[in-house]
Amino acid sequence: MARMRKDYETSWWPRLRRWIDAGASPLDDALEKALDETREGHQVLSQEEAAEREERAEARQRLDRAREARMYARFREWRQQKGRRWANMLYRLLAVTVCLAIIWVLLETAAYLPPFGHADNPAHNEVSRRYIEDGMTETGAVNIVAGMILDYRAFDTLGESNVLFIAACAVIILLRLPDARDGSGHTAALLEAEADDRMYEPKNDAILQATARLLTPFILMFGLYVMFYGHISPGGGFSGGAIMGAGLILYLNAFGFKKAERFFTYTTFRVISVAALSFYAGSKAYSFFTGANGLHSFITPGTPGRIFSAGLIPYLNIAVGFVVCCTMYAFYTLFRKGDL
Amino acid sequence: MQALHLILLLFVLLCAVAVAMTKDLLTSIIIFMGQSLAMSVIWIMLQSPDLAITEAAVGAGVTSLLLFVTLKKIHAIDVKKKEGEGHGPDAEGL
Repeated sequence: MARMRKDYETSWWPRLRRWIDAGASPLDDALEKALDETREGHQVLSQEEAAEREERAEARQRLDRAREARMYARFREWRQQKGRRWANMLYRLLAVTVCLAIIWVLLETAAYLPPFGHADNPAHNEVSRRYIEDGMTETGAVNIVAGMILDYRAFDTLGESNVLFIAACAVIILLRLPDARDGSGHTAALLEAEADDRMYEPKNDAILQATARLLTPFILMFGLYVMFYGHISPGGGFSGGAIMGAGLILYLNAFGFKKAERFFTYTTFRVISVAALSFYAGSKAYSFFTGANGLHSFITPGTPGRIFSAGLIPYLNIAVGFVVCCTMYAFYTLFRKGDL
Repeated sequence: MQALHLILLLFVLLCAVAVAMTKDLLTSIIIFMGQSLAMSVIWIMLQSPDLAITEAAVGAGVTSLLLFVTLKKIHAIDVKKKEGEGHGPDAEGL
């Protein structure tokens, strides 16, 4: 048998083996200490020697501690007097520098912008000329903006509506209370959420109710008008939907969830959103398909200025408007009580 | 007209600074609402009424409402200060 080193038990290989066998961590120095103690146990220390050693160690520790305390006191003094002032100054200096840098960059950028409304601007190219000159005859929409966003660039608008829908889905996933899903109506969590929600406001505010009773029909009507006339006058699906959503929120605030739930529930939201988005995607797929392949399409621009004109634009406006309206309302109710 | 335009722009600028400087979150939301409203008037003066409608409905209406509800949810509206006044927070309208 080969000779064993004296400190073999504490070298890395046996420690690794012990770790694998029994799970004693090699980084744990308790084991090493125990081994040291057993080794020291062999050299017999006299009582006085041990006491002397201990005393020396204690004195050293005391000295160390005193030095640390002195250093810390000095550091604290420095920090409270000079250091704080210095850090404050540095902070202010940096903040001002960053602000000035940003202001300078923005002003420099603004200085390079072409003059507003100038004929030679790079934005005045063949694209915008085409939109302005042929937009009305090609799309049938008097409101060129509607013709642009729902005909030339309908794909963009589909993406935007989907972004809204996905945002609503994310809010539902995050905020909808789990108890609301079993369909048993008002569960304890829902009631608690509603009570919590009512903490700051009176339940049936007379002024608010009278105002809402008067205003809500007009707001909804105005929203519908903006939506339906999106291809003729300024406005469109998004504005109309936002107005209708705001009107619904006003109604909900005035009359509470019970009355609002008579016409708007989770199912309503689901059906309207999905139906509107599917209609949008389907009808636009049809017009892309016929347009790209040069096929005959039954969608015609019609007479510009009529309510039933501009091909698909009014219907797409309505679809977008309903998606926006439902999303706004859903956001609000989900934020407030965790259910629609 | 030019003067009104200038006043509104200054108001928007002032509001934007005030929103950042205000300590109270509720106040800053209300200032934000005012800024949106002034902005929608500016949109009308720039001859884009559709943007004005959207700004009024989304900026002044729905966004601020969502912020209010969030404040309420995280209990950031300070009620303790107002509890001693008898009517409680209802007197403040929120």
